[in-house]
Amino acid sequence: MVSSAGVVAFDPSLPWQKARSVALRPEPFGALAYHFGNRKLSFLKSKLLVVVVETLAEHPNAESTFTACGVPEAQRPAYVRALADLARSQMIEPRESSA
Amino acid sequence: MTAVIPQRPVGGRLVDQFEYGLDAPICLTWELTYACNLACVHCLSSSGRRDPRELSTAEAEAVIDELQRMQVFYVNVGGGEPTVRPDFWHLLDYAIGHDVGVKFSTNGIRLDKTRAQQLARTDYVDVQISLDGATAEVNDAVRGAGSFATATRALENLAEAGMKDVKVSVVVTRENAGQLDDFKALTDRYGAQLRITRFRPSGRGADVWDRLHPTQAQQRDLYDWLLANGDNVLTGDSFFHLSAFGEALPGLNLCGAGRVVCLIDPVGDVYACPFAIHENFLAGNVRSEGGFQRVWRSSELFADLRSPQTGGACTNCAHYDACRGGCMAAKFFTGLPLDGPDPECVQGYGETALAARDRELVPPRSSIDHSHTGPVRGRPTLLGIPSIPPAKICDENPLAGLDLR
Repeated sequence: MVSSAGVVAFDPSLPWQKARSVALRPEPFGALAYHFGNRKLSFLKSKLLVVVVETLAEHPNAESTFTACGVPEAQRPAYVRALADLARSQMIEPRESSA
Repeated sequence: MTAVIPQRPVGGRLVDQFEYGLDAPICLTWELTYACNLACVHCLSSSGRRDPRELSTAEAEAVIDELQRMQVFYVNVGGGEPTVRPDFWHLLDYAIGHDVGVKFSTNGIRLDKTRAQQLARTDYVDVQISLDGATAEVNDAVRGAGSFATATRALENLAEAGMKDVKVSVVVTRENAGQLDDFKALTDRYGAQLRITRFRPSGRGADVWDRLHPTQAQQRDLYDWLLANGDNVLTGDSFFHLSAFGEALPGLNLCGAGRVVCLIDPVGDVYACPFAIHENFLAGNVRSEGGFQRVWRSSELFADLRSPQTGGACTNCAHYDACRGGCMAAKFFTGLPLDGPDPECVQGYGETALAARDRELVPPRSSIDHSHTGPVRGRPTLLGIPSIPPAKICDENPLAGLDLR
C-alpha cells in the first residue's frame, strides 16, 4: 500500500523513525534503503548513519539519537542534511509520540 | 605479477563505491524464457525458441527465495516473451509474496482485459510494454507486422483497468530517433511513462547495428532532448556515454556490469549484464552449489569487473571521468578493446577505433542463439526477408530456375 502520509520537513528536535515500509540492506559502505510503497531506492553512505536511522525510534528525537550514537559534533550538520534528504524521500517518517 | 586486492575507499562519491560492487545487485534482470512470439531484428538475447534446459517452476521459486534472502527488492523480468511461460502468473505472485517486486517487459501479447485488471489489482508489479516506433510503420519494420497493434491494445487495456505507472519502453534507433516527441505524446495518451534505452550490438542486434544505431547527429539531438526532458523520462541510466558531450545526465554514469547489475538467463546462467550474453561474461549458474549468491559474491569474473579498471586509450581524454569509456558490451560486440573508446563515443574516437580495426577481424559472436528457424507470422521486413519463404521457386517468379536455353 502506498502510504497516504505527505512529506514532512525534517526537524531534528522531533521524534522520527525509519518508515515502516522501508527495508535496509547492509552494504560495505553503509546500506541501501528501499521503500516498498513508492519503490524508491536511497543510499546511506556511512555505517554510522545506518545506526542512526535504525535507532531513531528508540530516542526522544533525532538530536538525542546523534548523541547516543556518538556522532561527532562537527559532523552533525551533515547528518541533519542526510536525514532531511531521507525525510524528503519518505525513508524516515515523523513518529507519533509514544503513549 | 602479484594480484593486488582492491581497496575500497571509505566515504566519497557513491559512484566510486559502486565500482567496487555491492553485496547484492540493485538492478537484476531475469529472463524467464528464450521463447518469443516475435522475431525482432535487434533482439539482444537472440530469442525465439524455448530452451529445453530452462529453469523449472520449482527452480525459479528457489531463485526467488534466494533473492528474498539477499534482499534484492525487485527484479526486471524479461525474455524472450516472459508471459508465454505457462507458470508466468504463478511466478509473478510468488515473487511479490516474497518481497521481490517485479517489473516485467512484454510485447503485450497476453495482456487482455482480464490480465490487465488482475495487474491493476496487484501491488509491487510494474509493466513495461516494448515499442520501437511511434508509428506502426516504423515499429513493425523492426518488431514485426501487427506488433504495434498488439502493444497499443495492451496499453489500452491497462489504461482502462486503471493500472498505474505503466512504462513504454523504446530502444532508440536511427529509424525512431526523430520520434521522441511522438513517443512522449503516445505515452501521455495512455497515462503511461516513457522509458528510452540505448541500442546495443548484442544478440541479433549485431546484425543490424551498422544500419540501425543512431548517427552522431542523432546522438547530439538525443542528448539535448534528454537534458530538456530527462526528469520525466526513464533511461535505465543507459545513455551515460552521452555525458561526454558536457553535462552529466541524471542517474548513474558508470557501467554497472557485475558491480550493481547482472543477468540471470532462462537456463540459470549468470552474465555480467543483459547485453553480454557471451561465454566471456558468464560468471556461473544458479543451479550450482551456493546458488546465485555464491556467483554474485565469489565469481572470478565479477571480482575482476569490480577491480579498478584502466581507461586504456581513453585515459588521456578530458571526458573520461564523464563517460568512463562507455558500454562494455557495445565495445565487445563491435570488436573493440574493452579499455578503449565506446563505438559511439560522442567525441568521435569510436569511429576512429572502428576504422582502425584489423580488416581480418571478425567481431565476437555469441554461440547462444535461440532465433526461430522456421517461418514466423509477421516476421519483420527490415532486412528484406519475406514473411514466409516461397514454398516453390516458381511462387516468386514463374520463370525462376528454368533453364530456357
